[in-house]
Amino acid sequence: MNTVWALTGIVIKELYRRKDFYVLFVLTALITLAAGSVEFFKDPNIVRYVKDLCMLLIWVSALLITIATAARQIPAERESRTIFPLLAKPVTRGQVILGKFFGCWLASGTALAVFYLFFAVITGSREQHWPVLDYLQAYLLQWIMLGIVTAMTLLGSIVFAAPSSTVTILFIVVAGILFLGRHLNTVALHNPEPLRGIIYTVYFIIPHVELFDVRERVVNDWGLVNWLDCGLAALYAAAYTALFLLLTWLAFRRKSLN
Amino acid sequence: MDAILQTEDLCVEYRTRGLKAEFKPALQELNLSVHAGEVFGFLGPNGAGKTTTINVLLGFIPPTRGTAYLFGIDVRQPIARQRIGYLPEMTYYYKFLTVEELLRFYAKIFKLPSADAERRIDYLLKLVELEPVRKRLIKTYSKGMQQRVGIAQALINNPDLLVLDEPTSGLDPLGRMKVREIIQRLKNDGKTVFFSSHELGEVETVCDRVAIINQGELKTLGRVDELVARHGANLEKVFLDIVGYQSQPAL
Repeated sequence: MNTVWALTGIVIKELYRRKDFYVLFVLTALITLAAGSVEFFKDPNIVRYVKDLCMLLIWVSALLITIATAARQIPAERESRTIFPLLAKPVTRGQVILGKFFGCWLASGTALAVFYLFFAVITGSREQHWPVLDYLQAYLLQWIMLGIVTAMTLLGSIVFAAPSSTVTILFIVVAGILFLGRHLNTVALHNPEPLRGIIYTVYFIIPHVELFDVRERVVNDWGLVNWLDCGLAALYAAAYTALFLLLTWLAFRRKSLN
Repeated sequence: MDAILQTEDLCVEYRTRGLKAEFKPALQELNLSVHAGEVFGFLGPNGAGKTTTINVLLGFIPPTRGTAYLFGIDVRQPIARQRIGYLPEMTYYYKFLTVEELLRFYAKIFKLPSADAERRIDYLLKLVELEPVRKRLIKTYSKGMQQRVGIAQALINNPDLLVLDEPTSGLDPLGRMKVREIIQRLKNDGKTVFFSSHELGEVETVCDRVAIINQGELKTLGRVDELVARHGANLEKVFLDIVGYQSQPAL
Protein backbone atom coordinates (compact mmCIF):
# COMPACT_ATOMS: atom_id res chain seq x y z
CA MET A 1 0.00 0.00 0.00
CA ASN A 2 3.06 2.23 0.57
CA THR A 3 3.64 2.40 -3.19
CA VAL A 4 -0.02 3.17 -3.90
CA TRP A 5 -0.03 6.06 -1.39
CA ALA A 6 3.26 7.38 -2.80
CA LEU A 7 1.65 7.47 -6.27
CA THR A 8 -1.49 9.06 -4.83
CA GLY A 9 0.64 11.83 -3.34
CA ILE A 10 2.26 12.50 -6.71
CA VAL A 11 -1.14 12.87 -8.43
CA ILE A 12 -2.31 15.39 -5.83
CA LYS A 13 1.00 17.28 -5.90
CA GLU A 14 0.81 17.52 -9.69
CA LEU A 15 -2.72 18.96 -9.59
CA TYR A 16 -1.61 21.50 -7.01
CA ARG A 17 1.61 22.46 -8.82
CA ARG A 18 -0.06 22.63 -12.25
CA LYS A 19 -2.46 25.13 -10.70
CA ASP A 20 -5.47 23.03 -11.75
CA PHE A 21 -7.10 23.82 -8.44
CA TYR A 22 -7.21 27.50 -9.41
CA VAL A 23 -10.15 26.65 -11.68
CA LEU A 24 -11.80 25.57 -8.47
CA PHE A 25 -11.67 29.08 -7.08
CA VAL A 26 -13.37 30.49 -10.17
CA LEU A 27 -16.16 27.91 -9.90
CA THR A 28 -16.42 28.52 -6.17
CA ALA A 29 -16.77 32.24 -6.81
CA LEU A 30 -19.65 31.53 -9.23
CA ILE A 31 -21.40 29.29 -6.69
CA THR A 32 -20.86 31.88 -3.98
CA LEU A 33 -22.33 34.64 -6.12
CA ALA A 34 -25.36 32.56 -7.07
CA ALA A 35 -25.94 31.30 -3.53
CA GLY A 36 -25.39 34.76 -2.10
CA SER A 37 -28.30 36.11 -4.11
CA VAL A 38 -30.79 33.70 -2.45
CA GLU A 39 -32.09 36.20 0.12
CA PHE A 40 -32.33 38.96 -2.50
CA PHE A 41 -35.33 37.31 -4.20
CA LYS A 42 -37.47 36.70 -1.06
CA ASP A 43 -39.88 34.51 -3.08
CA PRO A 44 -39.42 30.89 -1.81
CA ASN A 45 -39.83 29.47 -5.34
CA ILE A 46 -37.03 31.63 -6.70
CA VAL A 47 -34.87 30.79 -3.67
CA ARG A 48 -35.38 27.09 -4.39
CA TYR A 49 -34.61 27.69 -8.06
CA VAL A 50 -31.34 29.51 -7.26
CA LYS A 51 -30.30 26.75 -4.84
CA ASP A 52 -31.13 24.16 -7.48
CA LEU A 53 -28.95 26.05 -9.94
CA CYS A 54 -26.06 26.09 -7.45
CA MET A 55 -26.36 22.36 -6.86
CA LEU A 56 -26.39 21.74 -10.61
CA LEU A 57 -23.25 23.86 -10.92
CA ILE A 58 -21.61 21.81 -8.16
CA TRP A 59 -22.52 18.57 -9.94
CA VAL A 60 -21.31 19.70 -13.37
CA SER A 61 -18.09 21.23 -11.99
CA ALA A 62 -17.25 18.15 -9.90
CA LEU A 63 -17.88 15.85 -12.87
CA LEU A 64 -15.73 17.98 -15.17
CA ILE A 65 -12.85 18.16 -12.68
CA THR A 66 -12.99 14.41 -12.00
CA ILE A 67 -13.18 13.34 -15.66
CA ALA A 68 -10.59 15.83 -16.91
CA THR A 69 -8.15 14.88 -14.15
CA ALA A 70 -8.52 11.10 -14.44
CA ALA A 71 -8.51 11.09 -18.25
CA ARG A 72 -5.01 12.47 -18.57
CA GLN A 73 -3.23 10.53 -15.79
CA ILE A 74 -1.99 7.41 -17.61
CA PRO A 75 -1.73 8.96 -21.13
CA ALA A 76 0.38 11.81 -19.68
CA GLU A 77 2.68 9.29 -17.95
CA ARG A 78 3.13 7.53 -21.29
CA GLU A 79 3.53 10.68 -23.33
CA SER A 80 6.09 12.28 -21.02
CA ARG A 81 7.65 8.81 -20.60
CA THR A 82 7.77 9.15 -16.80
CA ILE A 83 6.16 5.71 -16.74
CA PHE A 84 9.53 4.15 -17.73
CA PRO A 85 11.64 5.00 -14.68
CA LEU A 86 8.55 4.30 -12.57
CA LEU A 87 7.88 0.79 -13.90
CA ALA A 88 11.62 0.03 -13.84
CA LYS A 89 11.17 -0.05 -10.07
CA PRO A 90 9.33 -2.79 -8.18
CA VAL A 91 5.94 -1.30 -9.04
CA THR A 92 3.13 -3.29 -10.62
CA ARG A 93 0.80 -1.80 -13.19
CA GLY A 94 -2.03 -2.58 -10.79
CA GLN A 95 -0.39 -0.33 -8.18
CA VAL A 96 -0.04 2.44 -10.78
CA ILE A 97 -3.77 2.21 -11.54
CA LEU A 98 -4.72 2.18 -7.85
CA GLY A 99 -2.41 5.12 -7.08
CA LYS A 100 -3.89 7.13 -9.93
CA PHE A 101 -7.43 6.20 -8.85
CA PHE A 102 -6.98 7.23 -5.22
CA GLY A 103 -5.14 10.42 -6.24
CA CYS A 104 -7.93 11.52 -8.57
CA TRP A 105 -10.69 10.45 -6.21
CA LEU A 106 -9.18 12.27 -3.22
CA ALA A 107 -8.56 15.38 -5.34
CA SER A 108 -12.14 15.40 -6.62
CA GLY A 109 -13.38 14.82 -3.05
CA THR A 110 -11.39 17.83 -1.86
CA ALA A 111 -12.75 20.01 -4.67
CA LEU A 112 -16.28 18.83 -3.88
CA ALA A 113 -15.83 19.56 -0.17
CA VAL A 114 -14.80 23.14 -1.01
CA PHE A 115 -17.91 23.55 -3.22
CA TYR A 116 -20.28 22.23 -0.54
CA LEU A 117 -18.60 24.24 2.20
CA PHE A 118 -19.03 27.51 0.35
CA PHE A 119 -22.58 26.64 -0.68
CA ALA A 120 -23.54 25.69 2.90
CA VAL A 121 -21.91 28.74 4.50
CA ILE A 122 -23.35 31.26 2.06
CA THR A 123 -26.92 29.88 1.94
CA GLY A 124 -26.87 29.19 5.69
CA SER A 125 -25.79 32.72 6.56
CA ARG A 126 -28.46 34.20 4.27
CA GLU A 127 -31.36 31.95 5.31
CA GLN A 128 -30.28 31.39 8.95
CA HIS A 129 -30.90 27.68 8.36
CA TRP A 130 -28.12 25.08 8.81
CA PRO A 131 -29.05 21.57 7.57
CA VAL A 132 -25.46 20.32 8.08
CA LEU A 133 -26.33 16.61 7.98
CA ASP A 134 -28.24 17.01 4.72
CA TYR A 135 -25.25 18.67 3.09
CA LEU A 136 -22.88 16.07 4.53
CA GLN A 137 -25.03 13.23 3.20
CA ALA A 138 -25.33 14.85 -0.24
CA TYR A 139 -21.56 15.38 -0.29
CA LEU A 140 -20.74 11.80 0.72
CA LEU A 141 -23.14 10.29 -1.83
CA GLN A 142 -21.78 12.47 -4.62
CA TRP A 143 -18.16 11.69 -3.68
CA ILE A 144 -18.90 7.94 -3.65
CA MET A 145 -20.46 8.35 -7.12
CA LEU A 146 -17.32 10.17 -8.30
CA GLY A 147 -15.39 7.00 -7.42
CA ILE A 148 -17.34 5.14 -10.14
CA VAL A 149 -16.75 8.01 -12.60
CA THR A 150 -12.99 8.09 -11.81
CA ALA A 151 -12.65 4.34 -12.39
CA MET A 152 -14.70 4.54 -15.62
CA THR A 153 -12.51 7.40 -16.87
CA LEU A 154 -9.29 5.53 -16.11
CA LEU A 155 -10.63 2.62 -18.17
CA GLY A 156 -11.53 5.04 -20.97
CA SER A 157 -8.04 6.56 -20.87
CA ILE A 158 -6.52 3.14 -21.63
CA VAL A 159 -9.03 2.29 -24.36
CA PHE A 160 -9.28 5.61 -26.23
CA ALA A 161 -6.31 7.20 -27.93
CA ALA A 162 -6.40 10.79 -26.70
CA PRO A 163 -7.40 12.29 -23.33
CA SER A 164 -9.69 14.76 -25.14
CA SER A 165 -11.74 11.91 -26.64
CA THR A 166 -11.90 10.21 -23.24
CA VAL A 167 -13.18 13.42 -21.61
CA THR A 168 -15.84 13.98 -24.29
CA ILE A 169 -17.06 10.38 -24.38
CA LEU A 170 -17.11 9.98 -20.60
CA PHE A 171 -18.91 13.28 -20.02
CA ILE A 172 -21.60 12.31 -22.54
CA VAL A 173 -21.95 8.81 -21.08
CA VAL A 174 -22.19 10.01 -17.46
CA ALA A 175 -24.57 12.86 -18.33
CA GLY A 176 -26.62 10.39 -20.39
CA ILE A 177 -26.89 7.98 -17.46
CA LEU A 178 -27.79 10.83 -15.09
CA PHE A 179 -30.61 12.13 -17.26
CA LEU A 180 -31.88 8.98 -18.99
CA GLY A 181 -30.69 6.06 -16.85
CA ARG A 182 -33.72 5.95 -14.57
CA HIS A 183 -36.18 6.02 -17.51
CA LEU A 184 -34.68 3.15 -19.51
CA ASN A 185 -36.89 0.43 -17.96
CA THR A 186 -40.02 2.48 -18.81
CA VAL A 187 -38.72 3.00 -22.35
CA ALA A 188 -38.12 -0.75 -22.65
CA LEU A 189 -41.76 -1.48 -21.79
CA HIS A 190 -42.94 0.60 -24.75
CA ASN A 191 -40.78 -1.24 -27.28
CA PRO A 192 -41.20 -4.63 -28.97
CA GLU A 193 -38.72 -7.50 -28.70
CA PRO A 194 -35.77 -7.72 -29.33
CA LEU A 195 -35.30 -3.98 -28.68
CA ARG A 196 -37.00 -4.36 -25.32
CA GLY A 197 -34.45 -7.00 -24.27
CA ILE A 198 -31.55 -4.86 -25.42
CA ILE A 199 -32.77 -1.77 -23.53
CA TYR A 200 -33.40 -3.86 -20.41
CA THR A 201 -29.88 -5.31 -20.66
CA VAL A 202 -28.41 -1.79 -20.91
CA TYR A 203 -30.59 -0.72 -17.96
CA PHE A 204 -29.22 -3.52 -15.78
CA ILE A 205 -25.59 -3.18 -16.92
CA ILE A 206 -24.96 0.56 -16.57
CA PRO A 207 -23.94 2.02 -13.22
CA HIS A 208 -26.94 4.05 -12.05
CA VAL A 209 -25.11 7.16 -10.93
CA GLU A 210 -28.44 8.98 -10.66
CA LEU A 211 -29.09 6.98 -7.46
CA PHE A 212 -26.56 9.22 -5.72
CA ASP A 213 -28.26 12.44 -6.77
CA VAL A 214 -30.12 13.90 -3.77
CA ARG A 215 -30.13 17.50 -4.99
CA GLU A 216 -33.93 17.75 -4.88
CA ARG A 217 -34.01 16.65 -1.25
CA VAL A 218 -31.42 19.28 -0.29
CA VAL A 219 -33.10 22.08 -2.23
CA ASN A 220 -36.62 21.31 -0.95
CA ASP A 221 -35.58 20.40 2.62
CA TRP A 222 -37.13 16.94 2.39
CA GLY A 223 -34.83 15.56 5.06
CA LEU A 224 -32.23 12.83 5.15
CA VAL A 225 -32.16 9.60 3.20
CA ASN A 226 -32.04 6.52 5.45
CA TRP A 227 -28.35 5.93 6.29
CA LEU A 228 -28.80 2.19 5.69
CA ASP A 229 -29.84 2.97 2.11
CA CYS A 230 -26.75 5.16 1.80
CA GLY A 231 -24.62 2.22 2.98
CA LEU A 232 -26.19 -0.04 0.35
CA ALA A 233 -25.57 2.62 -2.31
CA ALA A 234 -21.93 2.78 -1.19
CA LEU A 235 -21.64 -1.01 -1.60
CA TYR A 236 -23.21 -0.73 -5.06
CA ALA A 237 -20.69 1.99 -5.99
CA ALA A 238 -17.78 -0.02 -4.56
CA ALA A 239 -18.76 -3.02 -6.71
CA TYR A 240 -18.88 -0.95 -9.91
CA THR A 241 -15.66 0.91 -9.04
CA ALA A 242 -13.87 -2.40 -8.42
CA LEU A 243 -15.23 -3.79 -11.72
CA PHE A 244 -14.00 -0.78 -13.73
CA LEU A 245 -10.61 -0.86 -12.01
CA LEU A 246 -10.31 -4.57 -12.78
CA LEU A 247 -11.13 -3.92 -16.45
CA THR A 248 -8.57 -1.08 -16.50
CA TRP A 249 -5.92 -3.41 -15.08
CA LEU A 250 -6.77 -6.14 -17.62
CA ALA A 251 -6.43 -3.63 -20.48
CA PHE A 252 -3.20 -2.11 -19.12
CA ARG A 253 -1.30 -5.07 -17.72
CA ARG A 254 -0.04 -6.51 -21.02
CA LYS A 255 0.10 -3.25 -22.96
CA SER A 256 3.49 -2.64 -24.60
CA LEU A 257 4.92 0.67 -23.49
CA ASN A 258 7.61 1.24 -26.10
CA MET B 1 29.59 -17.98 -11.43
CA ASP B 2 25.90 -17.11 -11.04
CA ALA B 3 24.48 -14.79 -13.67
CA ILE B 4 22.84 -11.61 -12.37
CA LEU B 5 21.21 -10.93 -15.72
CA GLN B 6 20.34 -13.74 -18.07
CA THR B 7 18.31 -14.15 -21.22
CA GLU B 8 17.42 -17.52 -22.75
CA ASP B 9 16.41 -17.70 -26.42
CA LEU B 10 14.76 -14.33 -26.06
CA CYS B 11 12.61 -13.35 -29.06
CA VAL B 12 10.52 -10.24 -29.60
CA GLU B 13 8.34 -9.72 -32.63
CA TYR B 14 6.39 -6.59 -33.55
CA ARG B 15 3.18 -6.69 -35.52
CA THR B 16 3.30 -4.30 -38.44
CA ARG B 17 0.35 -1.97 -39.01
CA GLY B 18 -1.90 -2.13 -42.05
CA LEU B 19 -4.32 -4.56 -43.63
CA LYS B 20 -1.73 -7.28 -44.18
CA ALA B 21 -0.27 -7.35 -40.70
CA GLU B 22 3.06 -9.15 -40.51
CA PHE B 23 5.35 -10.02 -37.64
CA LYS B 24 8.72 -8.29 -37.77
CA PRO B 25 11.45 -9.77 -35.54
CA ALA B 26 13.17 -7.25 -33.25
CA LEU B 27 15.16 -9.82 -31.26
CA GLN B 28 16.07 -13.33 -32.34
CA GLU B 29 16.98 -16.00 -29.77
CA LEU B 30 19.18 -13.74 -27.70
CA ASN B 31 21.28 -15.54 -25.09
CA LEU B 32 23.18 -13.33 -22.66
CA SER B 33 24.69 -13.75 -19.20
CA VAL B 34 26.03 -10.89 -17.13
CA HIS B 35 27.92 -11.83 -13.98
CA ALA B 36 28.30 -10.07 -10.65
CA GLY B 37 30.79 -7.23 -10.55
CA GLU B 38 31.33 -6.82 -14.27
CA VAL B 39 30.71 -3.82 -16.49
CA PHE B 40 28.97 -5.15 -19.58
CA GLY B 41 28.66 -3.11 -22.76
CA PHE B 42 25.72 -3.80 -25.06
CA LEU B 43 26.49 -2.46 -28.52
CA GLY B 44 24.78 -2.28 -31.85
CA PRO B 45 23.79 0.19 -34.55
CA ASN B 46 20.48 2.07 -34.35
CA GLY B 47 17.53 -0.32 -34.56
CA ALA B 48 19.67 -3.34 -33.65
CA GLY B 49 17.49 -4.31 -30.69
CA LYS B 50 19.41 -2.82 -27.75
CA THR B 51 16.52 -0.79 -26.33
CA THR B 52 14.08 -3.66 -27.05
CA THR B 53 16.28 -5.94 -24.92
CA ILE B 54 16.35 -3.38 -22.11
CA ASN B 55 12.57 -2.94 -22.42
CA VAL B 56 12.06 -6.67 -21.95
CA LEU B 57 14.49 -6.79 -19.02
CA LEU B 58 12.57 -4.00 -17.29
CA GLY B 59 9.14 -5.48 -18.03
CA PHE B 60 8.00 -2.71 -20.39
CA ILE B 61 7.24 -5.19 -23.16
CA PRO B 62 6.59 -8.92 -22.91
CA PRO B 63 8.87 -11.29 -24.86
CA THR B 64 7.24 -13.19 -27.72
CA ARG B 65 9.25 -16.29 -26.81
CA GLY B 66 12.06 -17.13 -24.42
CA THR B 67 12.72 -15.85 -20.92
CA ALA B 68 14.81 -13.26 -19.13
CA TYR B 69 15.93 -13.27 -15.51
CA LEU B 70 17.31 -10.68 -13.12
CA PHE B 71 18.94 -12.19 -10.02
CA GLY B 72 17.35 -15.51 -11.03
CA ILE B 73 13.81 -14.08 -10.98
CA ASP B 74 11.66 -13.89 -14.11
CA VAL B 75 11.57 -10.26 -15.27
CA ARG B 76 7.78 -10.38 -15.49
CA GLN B 77 7.71 -10.30 -11.68
CA PRO B 78 8.11 -6.76 -10.28
CA ILE B 79 10.25 -8.05 -7.40
CA ALA B 80 12.97 -8.81 -9.99
CA ARG B 81 13.50 -5.03 -10.17
CA GLN B 82 14.04 -4.56 -6.42
CA ARG B 83 17.84 -4.55 -6.70
CA ILE B 84 18.30 -2.71 -9.97
CA GLY B 85 18.71 0.92 -10.95
CA TYR B 86 17.72 2.18 -14.40
CA LEU B 87 18.91 5.29 -16.19
CA PRO B 88 16.92 5.95 -19.37
CA GLU B 89 18.43 7.60 -22.42
CA MET B 90 16.41 10.79 -21.99
CA THR B 91 15.29 12.58 -18.83
CA TYR B 92 11.85 11.21 -18.05
CA TYR B 93 11.04 12.59 -14.59
CA TYR B 94 8.18 14.45 -12.95
CA LYS B 95 9.24 17.98 -13.75
CA PHE B 96 6.76 19.53 -11.32
CA LEU B 97 8.75 18.05 -8.42
CA THR B 98 12.06 19.13 -6.90
CA VAL B 99 14.90 16.61 -7.10
CA GLU B 100 14.58 16.04 -3.36
CA GLU B 101 10.85 15.23 -3.66
CA LEU B 102 11.47 12.93 -6.63
CA LEU B 103 14.13 10.95 -4.76
CA ARG B 104 11.90 10.76 -1.68
CA PHE B 105 9.08 9.39 -3.86
CA TYR B 106 11.30 6.68 -5.34
CA ALA B 107 12.71 5.88 -1.88
CA LYS B 108 9.12 5.24 -0.72
CA ILE B 109 8.61 2.86 -3.64
CA PHE B 110 11.67 0.91 -2.54
CA LYS B 111 10.27 1.00 1.02
CA LEU B 112 13.44 2.59 2.43
CA PRO B 113 13.04 3.64 6.07
CA SER B 114 12.63 7.42 6.30
CA ALA B 115 15.94 8.16 8.07
CA ASP B 116 17.91 5.93 5.67
CA ALA B 117 16.17 7.56 2.71
CA GLU B 118 17.10 11.07 3.89
CA ARG B 119 20.74 10.02 4.38
CA ARG B 120 20.80 8.39 0.95
CA ILE B 121 19.23 11.48 -0.69
CA ASP B 122 21.86 13.75 0.92
CA TYR B 123 24.66 11.45 -0.26
CA LEU B 124 23.34 11.20 -3.83
CA LEU B 125 22.73 14.92 -4.20
CA LYS B 126 26.33 15.54 -3.20
CA LEU B 127 27.52 12.80 -5.56
CA VAL B 128 25.76 14.29 -8.58
CA GLU B 129 26.45 17.85 -7.45
CA LEU B 130 22.82 18.93 -7.19
CA GLU B 131 22.91 19.76 -3.47
CA PRO B 132 22.68 23.58 -3.97
CA VAL B 133 19.57 23.25 -6.21
CA ARG B 134 17.76 20.51 -4.30
CA LYS B 135 14.73 22.76 -3.64
CA ARG B 136 14.32 23.88 -7.26
CA LEU B 137 11.76 22.30 -9.58
CA ILE B 138 13.31 19.85 -12.07
CA LYS B 139 11.73 21.73 -14.99
CA THR B 140 14.12 24.63 -14.31
CA TYR B 141 17.23 22.42 -14.65
CA SER B 142 19.54 22.28 -17.67
CA LYS B 143 19.78 19.04 -19.68
CA GLY B 144 23.01 18.03 -17.97
CA MET B 145 21.47 18.62 -14.55
CA GLN B 146 18.40 16.58 -15.50
CA GLN B 147 20.67 13.73 -16.59
CA ARG B 148 22.31 13.89 -13.15
CA VAL B 149 18.84 13.67 -11.59
CA GLY B 150 18.55 10.44 -13.59
CA ILE B 151 21.77 9.09 -12.13
CA ALA B 152 20.65 9.97 -8.60
CA GLN B 153 17.25 8.26 -9.01
CA ALA B 154 18.92 5.18 -10.51
CA LEU B 155 21.11 4.86 -7.40
CA ILE B 156 18.48 5.60 -4.73
CA ASN B 157 18.13 1.94 -3.70
CA ASN B 158 21.90 1.32 -3.77
CA PRO B 159 21.34 -1.18 -6.60
CA ASP B 160 23.44 -4.27 -7.25
CA LEU B 161 22.78 -3.98 -10.98
CA LEU B 162 22.63 -0.74 -12.90
CA VAL B 163 21.01 -0.70 -16.35
CA LEU B 164 22.05 2.34 -18.38
CA ASP B 165 20.50 3.08 -21.76
CA GLU B 166 22.96 5.29 -23.65
CA PRO B 167 23.83 7.25 -20.51
CA THR B 168 26.09 9.82 -22.17
CA SER B 169 23.89 10.53 -25.17
CA GLY B 170 23.57 14.29 -25.70
CA LEU B 171 25.91 15.23 -22.84
CA ASP B 172 28.82 17.63 -23.10
CA PRO B 173 32.37 16.30 -22.46
CA LEU B 174 32.19 17.28 -18.78
CA GLY B 175 28.90 15.46 -18.35
CA ARG B 176 30.32 12.38 -20.07
CA MET B 177 33.34 12.42 -17.82
CA LYS B 178 31.09 12.63 -14.77
CA VAL B 179 29.03 9.61 -15.92
CA ARG B 180 32.21 7.67 -16.67
CA GLU B 181 33.56 8.47 -13.20
CA ILE B 182 30.35 7.26 -11.61
CA ILE B 183 30.43 4.00 -13.59
CA GLN B 184 34.06 3.51 -12.56
CA ARG B 185 33.17 4.16 -8.93
CA LEU B 186 30.31 1.64 -9.09
CA LYS B 187 32.66 -0.90 -10.62
CA ASN B 188 35.17 -0.33 -7.80
CA ASP B 189 32.32 -0.86 -5.32
CA GLY B 190 31.69 -4.28 -6.88
CA LYS B 191 28.40 -3.32 -8.57
CA THR B 192 27.30 -4.78 -11.89
CA VAL B 193 26.68 -2.38 -14.76
CA PHE B 194 24.87 -3.22 -17.99
CA PHE B 195 24.87 -0.42 -20.48
CA SER B 196 24.12 0.23 -24.08
CA SER B 197 26.13 2.88 -25.84
CA HIS B 198 27.30 4.25 -29.15
CA GLU B 199 30.43 5.70 -27.58
CA LEU B 200 32.87 2.93 -28.42
CA GLY B 201 35.90 4.66 -26.91
CA GLU B 202 34.04 4.94 -23.64
CA VAL B 203 32.98 1.29 -23.80
CA GLU B 204 36.55 0.22 -24.44
CA THR B 205 37.68 2.20 -21.39
CA VAL B 206 35.18 1.00 -18.82
CA CYS B 207 33.77 -2.36 -19.97
CA ASP B 208 35.00 -5.83 -19.05
CA ARG B 209 32.89 -7.63 -21.65
CA VAL B 210 30.75 -6.56 -24.58
CA ALA B 211 28.03 -8.04 -26.74
CA ILE B 212 27.41 -6.71 -30.23
CA ILE B 213 24.01 -7.20 -31.82
CA ASN B 214 22.77 -6.34 -35.27
CA GLN B 215 19.23 -6.72 -36.66
CA GLY B 216 18.17 -8.47 -33.47
CA GLU B 217 20.87 -11.14 -33.65
CA LEU B 218 23.79 -11.53 -31.29
CA LYS B 219 26.91 -11.23 -33.45
CA THR B 220 29.65 -11.52 -30.88
CA LEU B 221 30.18 -11.72 -27.14
CA GLY B 222 33.44 -11.60 -25.26
CA ARG B 223 36.05 -9.75 -23.25
CA VAL B 224 37.00 -6.38 -24.71
CA ASP B 225 40.76 -7.08 -24.59
CA GLU B 226 40.29 -10.48 -26.28
CA LEU B 227 38.12 -9.04 -29.06
CA VAL B 228 40.59 -6.25 -29.70
CA ALA B 229 43.53 -8.68 -29.70
CA ARG B 230 41.70 -11.14 -31.98
CA HIS B 231 40.91 -8.49 -34.59
CA GLY B 232 44.18 -6.60 -34.15
CA ALA B 233 42.34 -3.28 -34.04
CA ASN B 234 40.48 -1.01 -31.65
CA LEU B 235 36.88 -1.63 -30.62
CA GLU B 236 35.50 0.76 -33.23
CA LYS B 237 37.10 -1.26 -36.05
CA VAL B 238 35.91 -4.51 -34.45
CA PHE B 239 32.38 -3.11 -34.25
CA LEU B 240 32.36 -1.92 -37.86
CA ASP B 241 33.67 -5.28 -39.10
CA ILE B 242 31.05 -7.20 -37.15
CA VAL B 243 28.08 -5.10 -38.30
CA GLY B 244 29.38 -5.38 -41.88
CA TYR B 245 30.09 -1.71 -42.53
CA GLN B 246 31.81 -0.97 -45.85
CA SER B 247 33.20 2.48 -46.50
CA GLN B 248 31.97 4.30 -49.63
CA PRO B 249 34.47 4.67 -52.46
CA ALA B 250 35.88 8.16 -52.79
CA LEU B 251 33.95 10.45 -55.13
